[in-house]
Amino acid sequence: MIKINHVSMKFGRSVAVSDATFDIPAGDSVALWGPNGAGKTTLIRCVLGLLRFRGSISLDGRDVRRDGKRARLLVGYVPQELGFHDELGVNEALRFFAALKGLDAVDTSATLEHVGLAGHGGKRVRELSGGMKQRLALAIALLGNPPVLVLDEVTASLDAVGRAEFVGLLERLSGAGRTLLFASHRLDEVATLARRVVELEQGRVRRITPVAAFVAGTEHGAVLHLHIAAHARQEAMRSLSEGGFSPKLNGVGLLVPVAASQKAAPFRVLADARIAVEDFEVVTSAHAADLATRARERRETQP
Amino acid sequence: MTTLSLAPNPALRSPPSALRNTLTLARRELRDAVRSRWFLLYTLAFTVLGLAVSFVSAAGTGGSGLSGFGRTTAGLVNLVLLVVPLMALSAGAASIASDRERGMLSYLFSQPMNPSELLLGKFLGLAAALLAAISLGLGSCALILAWKGLRTNPQSMFWLCGLAFMLALGMLSVGMLISTLARRASVAVGTGIFVWLMLVFVSDLALMAGAVALRLRIETLFAASLVNPLQVFKMWSLHAVDANLDVLGPAGLYAVEEYGALLHVMFAGCMVAWVVVPLLLASVVLSRRSPL
Repeated sequence: MIKINHVSMKFGRSVAVSDATFDIPAGDSVALWGPNGAGKTTLIRCVLGLLRFRGSISLDGRDVRRDGKRARLLVGYVPQELGFHDELGVNEALRFFAALKGLDAVDTSATLEHVGLAGHGGKRVRELSGGMKQRLALAIALLGNPPVLVLDEVTASLDAVGRAEFVGLLERLSGAGRTLLFASHRLDEVATLARRVVELEQGRVRRITPVAAFVAGTEHGAVLHLHIAAHARQEAMRSLSEGGFSPKLNGVGLLVPVAASQKAAPFRVLADARIAVEDFEVVTSAHAADLATRARERRETQP
Repeated sequence: MTTLSLAPNPALRSPPSALRNTLTLARRELRDAVRSRWFLLYTLAFTVLGLAVSFVSAAGTGGSGLSGFGRTTAGLVNLVLLVVPLMALSAGAASIASDRERGMLSYLFSQPMNPSELLLGKFLGLAAALLAAISLGLGSCALILAWKGLRTNPQSMFWLCGLAFMLALGMLSVGMLISTLARRASVAVGTGIFVWLMLVFVSDLALMAGAVALRLRIETLFAASLVNPLQVFKMWSLHAVDANLDVLGPAGLYAVEEYGALLHVMFAGCMVAWVVVPLLLASVVLSRRSPL
């Protein structure tokens, strides 16, 4: 369904994606994994034809640059955060994007109900919470039932409850032959949604592995998701690196891989550096492996 | 929650036509513009100032006479020169840059549409909003003049309205070019206001200073004034309403004597160029530049 062939992309002199090549067959679900700056979002934007790049990308045989309009007809896209016009109404947004996708009519109530927004059609977009806005973006992405869903760190700005609900919703959607390409920093999300993982490092594809092998091969026992205020993140990165950890930045803070018996150690380093941790979550490799197994079982039992 | 049954649609639909996308975007833009504060404020200011000009002119002639209408026209021409370019430049400048800043531009480009459809759709939507504002402002003035018993020539009012709209289209086009080049909406609007200042005040002064300092020939002076769309609007509206350009001095006299009826074509050509050229450049920039 998606063919990425020797794709390279630069921002000025900085290489964002370097010679990426892989195919995603119809119905597959592929996660792009890597630290900030690895090229996940850039590759997604290339797939959507938003950036100029070297190489070629086609969706069901349609080149995203030469035949971009027809190629994008096959895709529903959900970005990390969507800046809708504040005064726009929810139903209005659905009708507008439905028209852009060439749909003559849209059942707004049914569409909103499918993503858990029943009864919110009469609201203005500014009245919706972050999670609800993401659901609206998903509803828009699903208009016309496109065979491909492309998601760019869609849960990065959501709280734990919102994220769990959203991932559950995506899991139900990813079945039934729909192709899924998504970028994520979260091991639990990848374990639940992906069948294969494309690991990116400094714009290069490091390896492509089945999700079970990826989770099993995770070097550390657990990953701490530390929510840290934006102004303190660089200082936290420096302190943790000096403390012997390998932190990575993500949308709301830092990801710190740790040994299963050392989960408190990064907190001590940050406390010594007087850096406040606003919130945290722990995802262990065992938990991720369990999620991957259960997701696979659910897919296998799906009609 | 209802169980999801949204299986992908295997049927290959055709993407919407360019015309359909353009009209969809134009309707959206018109609706957004009419709801926005800038549109309401500018329309209100334009209408109130236009009414003030009409009242003052009418009071000065005791409510009758063609001279009153001539004075009113001159007042309205100057009002249009000040307000309409500012309105159109800021609307155009904010249009694309604000979408880019909010991440909406890349999201729109991820839909089955082309950049030129987006540009044209936004242009048409904002043009419709500007036409509504101009019609409301000048229409109110025409009503006041009629109520006060001034012998207005409806044809003149239509000319003034049409030319103000042409000027608005040209400035909207320039504003949209600025908007495609700017990363942030505040920078785009600031640049738009700077361009407005240049066209309204600085270019007039520069032309006068140049004429004196460089002893410009009258034909050069006239040709130089055609470069500024505001000057073109002023000359064209006075020529259309009064059929002479005496008020502009020697350059005006020269233009009428030298070109006569051809002036309409020359002015129209200049205004069309101010609409088409920036819009084409904006289209090139938008399709080549990243929407991020």
